[in-house]
Amino acid sequence: MDVDALYQEIILDHYRNPVGKGLREPFAAEVHHVNPTCGDEIDLRVTLGRDESGHTMIDDISYDGQGCSISQASASVLHDLVVGKSEQEALAIEGAFHEMISSRGRTEPDEDVLGDGAAFAGVAKYPARVKCALLSWMAFKDALLQAHASEGTALTAFDAEPDNGRNPQ
Amino acid sequence: MTIIEAPSVGVWDESRIRGDFPILARTVREGRRLVYLDSAATSQKPRSVLDAERRYYETANAAVHRGAHQLAEEATEAYEGSRARIAAFVGARPDDVVFTRNATEGLNLVAYAFSNATAKSIHGAVLPDGGARFVLAPGDEIVVTEMEHHANLVPWQELCAKTGAVLRWIPITDEGRLDLASMDSILGPRTKVVSFTHQSNLLGTINDVGALSRAARAVGALVVLDACQSIPHQAVDIPSLDVDAVAWSGHKMLGPTGIGCLWLRPEVAEAMTPFITGGSMIETVTMAESTFAAPPTRFEAGVPMVAQAVGLAAACDYLDELGMAEIAAHEQRLTRRVLDGLARTTGVRVIGPTDSHSRGSAVSFVVEGIHPHDLGQVLDDRGVAVRVGHHCAWPTCRRMGVPATTRVSPYLYNDDSDIDAFLAALDDSRAFFGVA
Ligand SMILES: Cc1ncc(COP(=O)(O)O)c(C=O)c1O
Repeated sequence: MDVDALYQEIILDHYRNPVGKGLREPFAAEVHHVNPTCGDEIDLRVTLGRDESGHTMIDDISYDGQGCSISQASASVLHDLVVGKSEQEALAIEGAFHEMISSRGRTEPDEDVLGDGAAFAGVAKYPARVKCALLSWMAFKDALLQAHASEGTALTAFDAEPDNGRNPQ
Repeated sequence: MTIIEAPSVGVWDESRIRGDFPILARTVREGRRLVYLDSAATSQKPRSVLDAERRYYETANAAVHRGAHQLAEEATEAYEGSRARIAAFVGARPDDVVFTRNATEGLNLVAYAFSNATAKSIHGAVLPDGGARFVLAPGDEIVVTEMEHHANLVPWQELCAKTGAVLRWIPITDEGRLDLASMDSILGPRTKVVSFTHQSNLLGTINDVGALSRAARAVGALVVLDACQSIPHQAVDIPSLDVDAVAWSGHKMLGPTGIGCLWLRPEVAEAMTPFITGGSMIETVTMAESTFAAPPTRFEAGVPMVAQAVGLAAACDYLDELGMAEIAAHEQRLTRRVLDGLARTTGVRVIGPTDSHSRGSAVSFVVEGIHPHDLGQVLDDRGVAVRVGHHCAWPTCRRMGVPATTRVSPYLYNDDSDIDAFLAALDDSRAFFGVA
């Protein structure tokens, strides 16, 4: 049965016991995203920091929302995978997750990069659920962009030499 | 090929009806029998409708109301003949029925008659006789209800934004019925339009058209009815309803997609400024300006959907052969079965009336501990097609205190075994998510 492949135990675990749920302060940006086809909603905040070498770090992702198990579990996995990583790593993980989910099942997930996120591979076979799985990830990317916009900085991935003290003009 | 014979009177032959709908023979998700319970979203099509469309394309296709050749003549006859057939289905005169793309377009057509007349009047343009009632001033009021499909809400919000009119709404009770007692305080001298649904696509509630239209008439408002969910499911005789405009979609009543109808009271239609303009809807055209044809032509710009009209006329034949009263009775039996089954299931809350009086076959519900989207997925795995989400009635969901619902909506081609398959799959889902 295919729904078993969709509803991996890992997904249901994250759904029942979400990691990092709840809105926290301080934060660099906050966004509200909805999935208008099913009414899933998420409020998501990012908190940024710097490591010793000046790289932008994802210090926290805090979120609250309502929705199906796929959208809620995916927010939990996002938090799990991305908090504590550099922005560059976070964007690479986001890219890999997005690619897997949009692949209609043709891409094998890289578990080293995606960890628990690999359990979402089954979602790719259900086009109607892709938006559920991506809701929090899109919100995360949007929040990052907004955080940079308000600071007047650019997203790490777009920097030629990330965070070396120069302000990209 | 297949010609539908009239069903023998008094006998509801389920297997024969099912056999008329080719799609119901297919399987889904690894060979499961398709249990289609999403007819409030769109209905399936009997072979006679598909054949009618094909026959039109194979024998008579041409642009209607244009061209001097025999095909154009026959296509025009097919188109206008279909209009007459569809009008008869709702007791109306052919000239009072405008073809639109769907109900959404029909409702927009009415809303735009207001915004276009209002915009034109500002610049002193000539309006049709009686067109002044379509000119809105800031502070005028438009009344809808809290159970509207977005199609009967957003166009009015937009109209308000364009004209300064104010949107008001009749609230619903916890049971999911209109709170008609509140009407007196909501309708008033500034109410210009009262637009409401005959039958809610989310709650299943059937509204009292007479009570609403009487109140609207008392303040001189235009009365608009969204009959998307009623005309496919019960006999509706439009002239006996005291309303000015009725919009519905063909695809929910066994007809093709891409065609809907808007019935307009003739004196109202005459006074209306057109919505979409261009070819076919004009009377005379010069470089500087144009005058418009009489209704319904005034509201049908461009080459229309002829094959779809032919298909919808065939759908009316099919429905009439079964009999709308018999269809309604059959649906009521199925609805009772759904409601009884849900009442027996732990953790289920029906969103909408739970008695079968004045309610249609669309039944929305939530299950404790399972999000509708997840429930729909497991039902789908068992071959049971339902709709989940806010059903384009997001404010109604909010009012009822739920983010989304699961909705089953049986129609004439469903039978007890479909309802039982749904209820069994519902039990499976509860076990699957560990809430049994
Ligand atoms: C009550 C109601 N009104 C309006 C509509 C809009 O119909 P359509 O999408 O065919 O224009 C629907 C269809 O979902 C409906 O159920």
